[in-house]
Formats: sequence, structure tokens, C-alpha cells
Amino acid sequence: MAATLEVRGLHAAIDGKGILKGVDLTVDKGQVHALMGPNGTGKSTLANVLMGHPAYTVTAGEILLEGVNLVEIEPDARARLGLFLAFQYPVAIPGLSVANFLRAAINAKRRGLNPEDKGVAVPEFRKLLKEKMDLLQMPHEFAGRYLNEGFSGGEKKRAEILQLATLDPRMAVLDETDSGLDIDALRIVAGGVNALAGPGLGVLIITHYQRILKYIQPHVVHIMLDGRIVESGGAELAEHLEEHGYDWLREKNPNGVVAEA
Amino acid sequence: MSKQTDTQAVEGLDRYKYSFSDPDEAVFTAERGLSREVVEQISHMKGEPDWMREFRLKALEHYKARPMPAWGPDLGLINFDNIIYYVRPAEAEGKTWEEVPETIKRTFDKLGIPEAEQKFLAGVGAQYESEMVYHNIQKHLADQGVIFVSIEDGLRQYPDLFREYFGTVIPITDNKFAALNSAVWSGGSFIYVPKGVKVDLPLQAYFRLNMANIGQFERTLIIADEGSQIHYVEGCTAPVYTTDSFHSGVIEIIVKAGARVRYTTIQNWSVNVYNLVTQRAMVHAGGTMEWVDANLGSKLTMKYPSCYLIGEGAHGEILSLAFAAAGQHQDAGGKVIHAAPHTSSKITSKSISKAGGRTSYRGLLKVHKGAQGSRSSVVCDALLLDPQSRSDTYPSIEIDEDNVTVGHEASVSKIGEEQLFYLMSRGLNAEEAATMVVSGFIEPLVRELPMEYAVEMNRLIQLQMEGSIG
Repeated sequence: MAATLEVRGLHAAIDGKGILKGVDLTVDKGQVHALMGPNGTGKSTLANVLMGHPAYTVTAGEILLEGVNLVEIEPDARARLGLFLAFQYPVAIPGLSVANFLRAAINAKRRGLNPEDKGVAVPEFRKLLKEKMDLLQMPHEFAGRYLNEGFSGGEKKRAEILQLATLDPRMAVLDETDSGLDIDALRIVAGGVNALAGPGLGVLIITHYQRILKYIQPHVVHIMLDGRIVESGGAELAEHLEEHGYDWLREKNPNGVVAEA
Repeated sequence: MSKQTDTQAVEGLDRYKYSFSDPDEAVFTAERGLSREVVEQISHMKGEPDWMREFRLKALEHYKARPMPAWGPDLGLINFDNIIYYVRPAEAEGKTWEEVPETIKRTFDKLGIPEAEQKFLAGVGAQYESEMVYHNIQKHLADQGVIFVSIEDGLRQYPDLFREYFGTVIPITDNKFAALNSAVWSGGSFIYVPKGVKVDLPLQAYFRLNMANIGQFERTLIIADEGSQIHYVEGCTAPVYTTDSFHSGVIEIIVKAGARVRYTTIQNWSVNVYNLVTQRAMVHAGGTMEWVDANLGSKLTMKYPSCYLIGEGAHGEILSLAFAAAGQHQDAGGKVIHAAPHTSSKITSKSISKAGGRTSYRGLLKVHKGAQGSRSSVVCDALLLDPQSRSDTYPSIEIDEDNVTVGHEASVSKIGEEQLFYLMSRGLNAEEAATMVVSGFIEPLVRELPMEYAVEMNRLIQLQMEGSIG
């Protein structure tokens, strides 16, 4: 059976500049992976490229979601196939309420599966939304606020996880969801992700810090350096990084650094 | 765009039908072009008193003497000699449903307008069950002493009241097109709300079907007596299809002390129309005037709803929305004159340009000497959907008093790649994503509309956005 997410030899560039230089990564069904690495090594680029951000060009390689190659597919179709990205910096959409937005997104997904679908009934949607907001300890008024407008950093991240919970994807990529969260918010967000993780959902957590991995146990930890994954291991790899930093990996992989220079 | 009695509605409708059919079938048609004789004929056909005939003729002289305004969009393409300035309603056969353009029918369908109403809007069906509703509403209003009749009936039935106010807010010398309207006006509403009476329903909302009969030179006069309240809605989200290419209305409103008037316009003329409207309110002490003005249709609209705040503590608000697609220019905005102490005003303008469409905000804020303690804020936001489209801001602020608070903010934003990507990453296609951004952008204005208009406005925006991406 196909893996939830399989990235093979992925190269991507922005404005003609290569950022991803051959990423290989496989997230099996129901697994939680963490992707770590210093700033500027291409972690967020990978997140954006997986989702299909138009500023990036894939120059080689494949992105397979349950066996379907996403590279030539538009972002909205990727989403309807079950890919989700929790953004590091979600943009505000003034005038669009969280509830109206989520209902439209759910309906888009349902229509993707069945063009004749009439959309989710309002009472059913309200019930779902309340349930998910409760999971993330969000006040119900939140549903009426304009999407990300005037949200604090923590509210934005929580809203991303609310979307994840509501849209029920197959594979979720969390791009530095932990940054900017205080410890209480981090616990709540991690609790939400843990509640959602399971056989039906693969998770890739992109992070700088080991902090979030204390709350969400990863099956596999990857380390990215200069546009490539240079090391993979168990949860202990993250702890090792915490103690020793990235220098030992740079020494171990001098080629990447040379190639960049 | 006017409210009319049912007789008037049917007359107007016929005129509408007429505009699609052979001109020779009309009972009376003024010749093309404008002359003293034409104006006299119009006045005669309407059986007007002498003073009105004189008013019209004076206006005509002023219209002829006054140069074409050169400060704004180009009006050079209008052929004034080719316009028929008055068409008397005829019982003539109208056009058939088959003659209504497919694009218009399609829009009706998309808006979810029932077929009977569609036919009415397109000018091919005269009878509609709304007449019953209309009579009930008329009785409800009459019981409170509210006068709500066609402008012609206003002049006939309430000559003194009419004459006291007509032409006082917008004199014939105001501008060239107000002068033209004053010379050849026909159709429109006359409304009087007695002291302390609060009209509890948005007037036009209940007669939506009758509104389709929009005169080319319509004239409306609303008098809200002390402490009264009224909300008037004109226009319609369905596209108003007309072969008349020129529309020039005049709307005069008197807001007496402590009264409150809201006037909502949803303008969706077909895209061949030049729409040049003068609308102004005279606001007395403690009164409030609110203009909600949405311009979606027409080839060129020039419209700047105004509030003259002439009594202490008067308040004026203008909410302006403009949407310009290919070949359209919306030159909209607002004017507020603070001429009394402690007056306040707020202008909010939202414009959207797509596919090479052009929007301009044109505003005037004037604070006279002695209007101390006055406050005003102007906020203009423009949204551009593509690089071909254009938006300009022409704010004019004149302040002759020191003790005032004035704020002005303007922003132009392009629909962001990041916004679209974000929404698309949740499964919405590019068009749905762009529509959501646009709907959100105008939400502060749509929120102010009566419910059924808000719903239709959102549908209309969806429709306008169709095919706008990729």
C-alpha cells in the first residue's frame, strides 16, 4: 500500500535559485514525523512546495500523496485530495468569518468528491465546529471573527489547527506551528494534534525546537541541511540535537556546504 | 430609480417596453434633441402649473449656458442631440421574452430570481401579485400620515408642500446635469414623513418589482419632518437592461431636526449606460443622513452623494461601493459640508476594479468657519484584482475652522497571491478564493443592506467574479 506521503528526489527553485536539492522523505500511514534544521535550509520551502505555492518551481522529483503525484496539480486540488498545510504565517482575510470560510472549505471538499453534493447542513456544521473549538479550548465567538484578522500569534496557530481538525485531511504538514506559542497554548495545540493523529492521518511537524516534540511524540525525526535531508532517526535524534547543535552534521556533510558556496 | 404609484409603475413599465420596440407606436414622443419647445411640450403633457413650466425653462437656459464639466471622466462620447427627452407612456405592445438578451436572462437565473419577476424586470410582464402587497403597504403608510406617491402625483396632490421644497436642495444652477434633469425630469418619488413618525419598513424593499421602472431623468424628493425616520431603498441587484444610454437623476432630501433618513442605492445598469446623478441631503440640527451607495453597473457612473450639515449636531454618513469590470468606470465618492457647530461625518469608500475596469474615489470635505467642534473621517479602500485595472483617489479637503478633527485614510491593495494561495490550500478553487477575498472586502457595506439585498449582493459579486481568474 502506498505511503501517506512520499517525496522522491525533490528539487525546487524560487526566482531561478535552487532551494530544495533532492529531498527524500516517506511518511507511512498513521506516522508522525518531525523535520528539524537550522534557519534557511529549506524546511518552510518544502512545506510550501508540498502545498504547491505558485512562487516555487519544482525542477525535479515527485510528491506522492497516497500514491498520487501532486507536482502538476493545483493547490486546491491537493487540498481536496487530503493534503493540509498549517501555515507559519497565515494571512488575514478581512470580512471573511472563520465559520463562513470553514463551511466553504468543507463544501469545496465535498463537491470535490461528489459534484452533486449540496453542501453541509448548517446545524451539522455548527455542531462540528463547536466540537472542534472545544477540543482546542477556543471560545465559540471565535467562529464569528474575521479570519486571522487581528488574531494574536497564538490565536493564528490555534486557528490553523482548528482548520486541520475541521477539514479532516489525510496528511498534515505543520510549519513551525509551535513558534510564538506560550507553554499553555503549546500544550493545547499539541493536545489537539495528538487527538487527531492516528491511523487516518500522517503528520509532518516542521520545527526549530525540540520543545513541541515533548508533547507530540514523533515516530521519525529528520534533519535538513542545505536543501536535503541529511539524517533521520528516532525521537532520540531530536534530543541529541538539543545537546550538540547542528555542527556535527555540517562536518559530516561538507558537500552540501561546498555546493552552496 | 424611483418608487411610483402602481399606475405610474405600469406607465413606466410601458415606457420601458417601448424602449425596446418601434418608437412610432408611442402616443407621444418628443423629438430627438432638446429645445424650448420640447420642454414646454413635456410640461404641457404632464398638465403642470405655470411655475413648474417656468422652472423647467429656466433650468434649460442654465443647462445650455453651462459648459460640460471637464474635471472628471470624459463625457465626450454622449450624443446629447440623439436623446429623446420625453416619452409618454403608451399602451403599446412590448417586446417579448425571446428578445431579452441571453446574458441578462442568465444573470437573472444566477441570481435566483423567479421567472415572473424576471419578466417584469426585463419589461415583458406587467402583472404581478405584488400589487396586492403594494396596496396594503400604502394603507399602512397612509394611516400614519406618510405620503408616498410618484413625483407627478406629489406635484398634483400636494402642490404647496411640493413647491416649498422642490429644487431647494439642488437648485437648477448646481451643475449642468442637475439643470438638465430640472428641465426634463419625469418619474420618481415624492415622500413626506410627518413629525415623529418612524416608518418601520425599508420603503422600497417591499416594492422591489416596481422599481424596475427607472426613469431616464427621474426626480425624487424626500422630506423627513422633525424626529421622523425613514429608510428608502432604490435599485435592484438584477441588471437593469435598457437601451437608453443616458441616465441623469436628481435626488433631494430634507432631514429636519432630529430626523433620520437612510437612502440605499444598488445601481446595476447595463454597461452601455452613462449614469450621472446628483443626490444631496440638507440635514438640520441633530438630524442624521446616511447614504448607502453601491454602483456595479453602467459604462460610466459619476455620483457623489452629499450631506449638507446645516444644523448643530447634524450627522452625515456615506458608504460607497464601486465595482468596475472591463469597459466600466465608476467615479464615485461623497461630499460633506460642515456648516454648523458640532456636526460629524463619516465617508467610507470601497472600490474593486477588475479586468481593466477603473474606479475613482472623488470626495469633498468642507468645514466652514464657525463649524467648531466638528469631526469627520474619510476612509477609502481600493482593491485591484489584476494589473490591468486601475484605481485613483481624488480627495479634496477644505477646512476654514481650527477647532475640528479630521481624519483621512486611503489604501490600495492588490488581491494577494498569498491570500489566494492560503484559501486554495483549503480546497477552494482560484475563483472561489478570489470571490471570498472580494466578498470579505465589501462585507462592511453589505452588512448595512436589508437582508434580501445583502443575499443578492453576495450572489451578484460571485457572478461578477466568474471567469475572472485564469
